[in-house]
Amino acid sequence: MSPTLPLVLLIEDEPGIRRFLRVTLSSSGFRVAEASCGEDGMKRAAADRPDLVILDLGLPDRDGMEVIRDLREWTAVPILVLTARESERAKVEALDAGADDYLTKPFGAAELLARLRVALRHALRANAPQEPVFTTGDLRIDLGARVVTVADREVHLTPIEFRLLVTLAKHAGKVLTHRQLLNAGWGPEYDFQAHYLRVYMAQLRRKIEDSPANPRYLRTEPGVGYRLVFEG
Amino acid sequence: MDDRPDPDELLERIQSDEVRSRRGRLKIFFGSAPGVGKTYAMLEAARSRRSEGVDVVAGWVETHGRRETEALLEGLERIPPRVLSYKGKQLAEFDLDAALDRGPALVLLDELAHTNAPGSRHAKRWQDAQELLSAGIGVYTTLNVQHLESLHEAVAQVTGISISERVPDTAFEEADEVELVDLTADDLILRLKEGKVYFPQLAERALENFFRPGNLIALREMALRKTADRVDVQMERYRKDHAVSEPWPAKERILVCLGASPYGQHLVRSARSLAARLRADWIGLYVETSSHDRIPPADREQLQRTLRLVEQLGGKAVTLSAENTVEEILTFARSRNVTKILLGKPPRAGWWRLSRRRFVEGLIRESEGVDIYVLGGTAHERLERLHRFRRPERRSWRPYAKAAAVVALSAVASGLLSPFVEPTNLAMVFLLGVILVATRLGTGPSVLASVLSVALFDFVFVPPHLTFRVSDSQYLITFSVMLAVALLTSNLAARVRREARRAREAQRRTEAMAELTMDLARARDARAVADVAVRHLSGRYGLPSAVFLPFPDAPIETVSSSDASFAYRASEMAVVKWVLQRGLPAGQDTDTLPGSEALYLPLKASGEVLGVLGARLPKDRVEEPSEVRHRIEAASNQTALALERALLAERARKAQMDAESERLRSDLLSSLSHDFRTPLASIVGASSSIADGNLKPEEVRELAQSVYDESLRLSRFVANLLDMTRLQAGSLVLNREPQPLEEVIGAALDRVRNRLEGREILLDLPESLPMVSIDARLVEHLFINLFENVARHAPKSPVEIRATASEGRVTVTVADRGPGLPKGAESHVFEKFYRASERVEGAGLGLAICRAVAEAHGGAIRGVNRPEGGAAFVVELPEAGLPPPDPPPRPPGAHS
Repeated sequence: MSPTLPLVLLIEDEPGIRRFLRVTLSSSGFRVAEASCGEDGMKRAAADRPDLVILDLGLPDRDGMEVIRDLREWTAVPILVLTARESERAKVEALDAGADDYLTKPFGAAELLARLRVALRHALRANAPQEPVFTTGDLRIDLGARVVTVADREVHLTPIEFRLLVTLAKHAGKVLTHRQLLNAGWGPEYDFQAHYLRVYMAQLRRKIEDSPANPRYLRTEPGVGYRLVFEG
Repeated sequence: MDDRPDPDELLERIQSDEVRSRRGRLKIFFGSAPGVGKTYAMLEAARSRRSEGVDVVAGWVETHGRRETEALLEGLERIPPRVLSYKGKQLAEFDLDAALDRGPALVLLDELAHTNAPGSRHAKRWQDAQELLSAGIGVYTTLNVQHLESLHEAVAQVTGISISERVPDTAFEEADEVELVDLTADDLILRLKEGKVYFPQLAERALENFFRPGNLIALREMALRKTADRVDVQMERYRKDHAVSEPWPAKERILVCLGASPYGQHLVRSARSLAARLRADWIGLYVETSSHDRIPPADREQLQRTLRLVEQLGGKAVTLSAENTVEEILTFARSRNVTKILLGKPPRAGWWRLSRRRFVEGLIRESEGVDIYVLGGTAHERLERLHRFRRPERRSWRPYAKAAAVVALSAVASGLLSPFVEPTNLAMVFLLGVILVATRLGTGPSVLASVLSVALFDFVFVPPHLTFRVSDSQYLITFSVMLAVALLTSNLAARVRREARRAREAQRRTEAMAELTMDLARARDARAVADVAVRHLSGRYGLPSAVFLPFPDAPIETVSSSDASFAYRASEMAVVKWVLQRGLPAGQDTDTLPGSEALYLPLKASGEVLGVLGARLPKDRVEEPSEVRHRIEAASNQTALALERALLAERARKAQMDAESERLRSDLLSSLSHDFRTPLASIVGASSSIADGNLKPEEVRELAQSVYDESLRLSRFVANLLDMTRLQAGSLVLNREPQPLEEVIGAALDRVRNRLEGREILLDLPESLPMVSIDARLVEHLFINLFENVARHAPKSPVEIRATASEGRVTVTVADRGPGLPKGAESHVFEKFYRASERVEGAGLGLAICRAVAEAHGGAIRGVNRPEGGAAFVVELPEAGLPPPDPPPRPPGAHS
């Protein structure tokens, strides 16, 4: 194994899922370190300095949320959390605590790798200067000129709509929670007014989507937040 | 004569036998006087029971220092006494709780008539015995004849000593066994002299007072007769049970007329012993007339005590309301086939003697075919009556002043009229004034008015003027007439007022009762019933109250209480628990735990204690406590019935739900075996082939794809099962927020994108659509299930999604052009585990979840077949109700 390949730390207590992830990841060009509990995971994270952490929220020894917060105290490493299906609240909490994205069990290899790549790309780009133009599919955002076009047709956005779209674009491919978007659009004092956000997202969709109910760019993650699809 | 046992009576007997079989057995060692050897006999019997292997414990045994008795007690397990301190004194008492905890088969409990020290659970030891019996513990106890309630008076008359410790006759009659411990008077006196009963110096005094031969002989006779009566009753029961065909005399029924006098209790006891001797039913009757209001409160309480005594002694207490007492009594007597009427003898003194005598004579005259017995009172009670404190009525001077003013007005009017009319007619003016006073101000002021009127009339208007000399005797007549008119009118007016008030009160009571009954009828469940009862007592009568209900495997719950100040402490809850277990009243105004903060009544229906009603009686008693208690009891009866109805309904509902869930469980099992096993079989087969490793790459890929597909299918199934469980458990809390519909539908479409691959999706969601108030995640699942349903049942068909809004609801239609719903099954498709056909995958949960979600939101879903072919599902969801919010102000300094 070449040392230049990215290292993924797997904190997961289920051996079956660990095996699936290990095989999938190593065959897709990642190195894998494994931990079966939170305590062990923290130690490995400190010792191995991974490029990305995959964390199961349901660990036997520690609360997953705690692990995220502890990690976030000293590292900005991308964290991908794995959750059971029925816990939107846990997802939001994990994302707000500093996780980068989540995967709901059961998930397929393609989904996993896509999320992994988005997270790694954002981590790499975090230190790089912001590119002035963002493009995905037919959607083009010129940050400097503050112009948005869809299929070369200019779309007129209000300042708040623009701010929301730019925030989503900055994290393209990643899910953003309602709180994170409200913070970006209005400021921290509005972070409980989720319906403002829904109204603006609906308007935004009508402006940039062909079919708002079957969106191409602005995906809804019910109960969690929104994601701008990045078609590389 | 019908020689079969009366079925009602038989049923009652069977029920009481049933109760008895669960209860412990009570044996009473019965004697005529202290010292006859009851305790000794009891201990001997106990020892022999113990040698038979029965678990015997001495709860309380009084040896009175008698050596032989103490010797018998040796080796018997004893329950240590409970020591209570009362006013600085240490008092030892039988420890009921220790006995109940110990739970032996038999407890020895000496001296049944004993009065417990204040602070004990029950006022009397016989109540302790009752509680032991209810707990299934047998009791051996001792009792002297003079302590029996019905004989107490006879004993007092014979011996001159009034016994305060009494045991109700029912406690004696309910005993399973009574053993008479008999000793002749001479033998007893001998034993006393030998010092075997009391210590010598005490024995001396006892011989002088109680243990006189005459007394002892009389007491012995009473004890013998009482025992013989008991045997008689047993014999009678035997005869009835076995339908012995021997002509019995027609059943006697005795009516005892009661009033608010202390004779009452004497009368009641006499009636009871007569009834017992004649084996007759008996009824205690009080006729309430308009004069009832004038009876002083102390007498009224006396009356209530008397009526309660009737019930304690096994009679029936009845109160009627009428003006003509004689007529009412006789009508009632005839309607109940009464054969004998008992009355108290009229007193020798007192101003109402006359009317009383008229009553007795009237009754005798009118009573064809009914025997009338008139009983005299005892010297003791007459004394009590003479010494009774009469509370002075509170008098106000105001009515008198008004009366004087009216007379003054009459005088002025007369003065003005005097030049024109005769003095006789002037008297009419005064008479008018007197009548006015009499109708409004009562007897006293009207007498004053008469006196003043005559005086003024004589003084001013009758010549010689300004003197009191009555020259003509006719003015004496004027005065008499005026006085008579005044008295008659004021009495009439007072009676009318009383009648009116009584009618009002009766109406108020009836109305309150009717209201309660109606409210209770409307109450759907036990909690609602409890609320109604508490509202009734606290709202109508200002009695702080609460209802307690037992729940299986849970502590007793205070289901409803009128105010927070009605604070129940742990000790109060213990009383509630006791009432629940025993089904008897306790607390304030009862003999059990009278120190509690409230009166607790069992809510009993069909012999089952369903709950407890607690009500705090007012401290400053404006009204008679008996009336307040009567009200609470009436309310508790109604509440108990309503509670029973509610509980029965709940039970029926639960039984239905159980049956339903049983059916569901079997459906679920069959569904699980199908829907889990099929994909699992594919997965196991395919993956084992892959693991073998002998396959070509494309074969591996194909099998892996099958494993993947089948796994997803399993995953969907599990998700649906989980959803269903959560929705059904009722624990689900909707996280409702205003949501744009297209967002939810979009998310759902996104999730089923793969399954709808290559189909045309026709969306018609107007921009003007209002937001819907929904739990986004649940409604997303609703649409996912609908879309998957289309994917499954309408292959290749386009999906049409339309939405419209009207009247606060948003209606979404998901339609396809497939084969449509099976005819006649349009509503069945929403049932759990319904499957259109066996060949189609899925557990038949998807649409059931859709319906559960829609209904949880107060919405609805239905399935129809489209006229042009294909199925359509119509979902209604509530509008969010608020317009899209205005954009919030941009926070100052926010970067863009």
